[in-house]
Amino acid sequence: MKKGRVEVFARQVPQGTTDSVRSATAHYTIARRNTLDRTFEDAESTRTKAAAIKDYVLDNLGTLLEQLEAQCTANGIQVHWAKDAAEANQIIVGICKDTAPDGATIVKAKSMATEEIHLNHHLEEAGFHPVETDLGEYVVQIDHDTPSHIVAPIIHKNRIQIAKSFEREGLGPYSEIPEELAMQARKKLRADFMKADIGISGVNFAVAETGRIVLNENEGNNRLSTTAPRIHIALMGIEKILPREADLPIFLRLLSSSATGQVLVSYIHMISGPRRADEMDGPEQVHLVLLDNNRSGVLNGPYREILRCIRCGACLNVCPVYRQATGHAYGHVYSGPLGAVLGPALEGVERLGDLAKASSLCGACEEVCPVKIPIPKMLLQLRDEAYRKGVIKEPIPWGTYAFGATSAGRWRTGLKLLPMASHLPHPMKWGWSEFREPPEKEGKDFRKWWDETHGTKT
Amino acid sequence: MSSAPTATRPKVRLMLTCLCDAFFGEVGIATVKVLEHAGCEVIFDKDQTCCGQPPFNAGDWEAARTVATYAKERLLTSGEPVVTPSGSCAAMMREGYPMLFEGMDHPHAFELGEYIVRELGIETWKGKLNKKVAFHRACHGRGLGLGDLQERLLGSIDGLELVPFAQFEQCCGFGGAFSATFGATSAGIGMEKLHNIAESGATVIASGDMGCLMQLGGLIKRHKLPLETVHYAQLLAEAISA
Repeated sequence: MKKGRVEVFARQVPQGTTDSVRSATAHYTIARRNTLDRTFEDAESTRTKAAAIKDYVLDNLGTLLEQLEAQCTANGIQVHWAKDAAEANQIIVGICKDTAPDGATIVKAKSMATEEIHLNHHLEEAGFHPVETDLGEYVVQIDHDTPSHIVAPIIHKNRIQIAKSFEREGLGPYSEIPEELAMQARKKLRADFMKADIGISGVNFAVAETGRIVLNENEGNNRLSTTAPRIHIALMGIEKILPREADLPIFLRLLSSSATGQVLVSYIHMISGPRRADEMDGPEQVHLVLLDNNRSGVLNGPYREILRCIRCGACLNVCPVYRQATGHAYGHVYSGPLGAVLGPALEGVERLGDLAKASSLCGACEEVCPVKIPIPKMLLQLRDEAYRKGVIKEPIPWGTYAFGATSAGRWRTGLKLLPMASHLPHPMKWGWSEFREPPEKEGKDFRKWWDETHGTKT
Repeated sequence: MSSAPTATRPKVRLMLTCLCDAFFGEVGIATVKVLEHAGCEVIFDKDQTCCGQPPFNAGDWEAARTVATYAKERLLTSGEPVVTPSGSCAAMMREGYPMLFEGMDHPHAFELGEYIVRELGIETWKGKLNKKVAFHRACHGRGLGLGDLQERLLGSIDGLELVPFAQFEQCCGFGGAFSATFGATSAGIGMEKLHNIAESGATVIASGDMGCLMQLGGLIKRHKLPLETVHYAQLLAEAISA
């Protein structure tokens, strides 16, 4: 029986990586819980309300996107529509070529949408020099790695590994002190901000009512990326839209508390367009690229609710499988419970359906989700679809099991044969016994006891 | 707590669960004792088999429908509430069946403690038991909305001390067939749970699902850890006779 990719990865992931991820995710999980309780009088009803707002967005997505485009255009933001990753890359590379010289430096704020379309690769191919300016993403870039968490990209690394990378890149004298490492990165990145022609960011929320782009961050690199260069390009998945400004307070607080356990992040940017005539700072042009990349397909399918996601990462942090196997195990830009649903939903069950099996179905993800996405239910639906399509194979012939479980006689015979069956070579037994002792019959048999004590009653 | 008069004794239908049928008969026995002590008349249909969760979780919903159809006929047609010493099996009936059978109402299936506290209104359990217990909330209690209901019932036993431990919300890693097909992942999760419990100083792990306890018990035996597992129905039953 072929093992799923998450299990294959979990078998070879170093214990140190699991330990790094475990301690950070446990910290975020506790911080989230404490902050939610402090921030909201009734966190539960706030989550229900947020889910309802996102459902409204999904029900009215076309209209809201048109409203967003109209308001952005009125604000001087140039809106572009990309039906897939290739088109998004083409649009962004095109803007870069039109507005900046060959080989120009492009500073990038952290954006999972740009990871989804592998933008850096396309920018480099076109001769540009993209620099990730989020500290975690910067480490990912210099290590030729990929983010293993949507909020904390280097959650799988420790400071000693980072210190070695910085020394290798010649950023300064070797140090394992986080503050010194941050200062080394700051010095390097300040120079990039000064010379960059273009800044590229993601989008946390875009408000249809006013045509404003909202960004959340803690490091200040988003501010520099979106204001210092002449050109700002923002890439957003089309589901990131909110109807009204009045929806922001709930979502900003839910995102901060769910992601990092902060009441609010250190910087919230509300971008309403390029620099006005009477303003001193800001870019000359702001472009907003709206990325579909099969989100429309998901919208009209059984996994629609995954589009409520605001990318807080709380489900990754609380997920026992994510903690144990770590993010790279999923082999996809989106990992954890979110990735196990969004991955196959966006790219097809045929390609990524096996990810739905990488879950004990414990339901912790749904419990912490700020927009109440029923992830366990969708994992089950994905398994059903993947099994029907032959994408996942099962070590147990369930049809035979069902035959045995639909007759009292066959069932009881099966129970009698069970002690013998446990000696048969079988993948189920190997998987269990490799790590644990098999169960043994303990104490009295219930049916026998029932007959003895409750006699003729059935 | 007192037993209700015979005339109004609520009838409940026991769903034994496959694990208690195959391995852990004592848990089934304790469940009957607890329900009878709480004033119920327990009905046991001897032809019952499985709730259908294994093929349901595996993705073979056709096989799951076959088994669930059989279980529905055996357990759900007569109208009495189904009570089971497993949040997992209760959740399968209540939440899983409506996914398998479109338009089906959520059946009256309850986890043992849920039935005692929410349906019978019994919130404290008389009896005495000198034990320090770490209670592991089985994850399917989430789907049922149990919260800390089982701990409150268990903790109301005189002399029983519930020991808090770190990351209590984390799963034991069992997940049914997941425990075998994702063996390393599952065992790693289970060992982390055991580590957190051992740190708390508790030596007894109680839970409401034999799946979790089979996983934790199998790891404890393999690694020869100084911990033991028990279904909380057994503690409730022990407290009555103590």
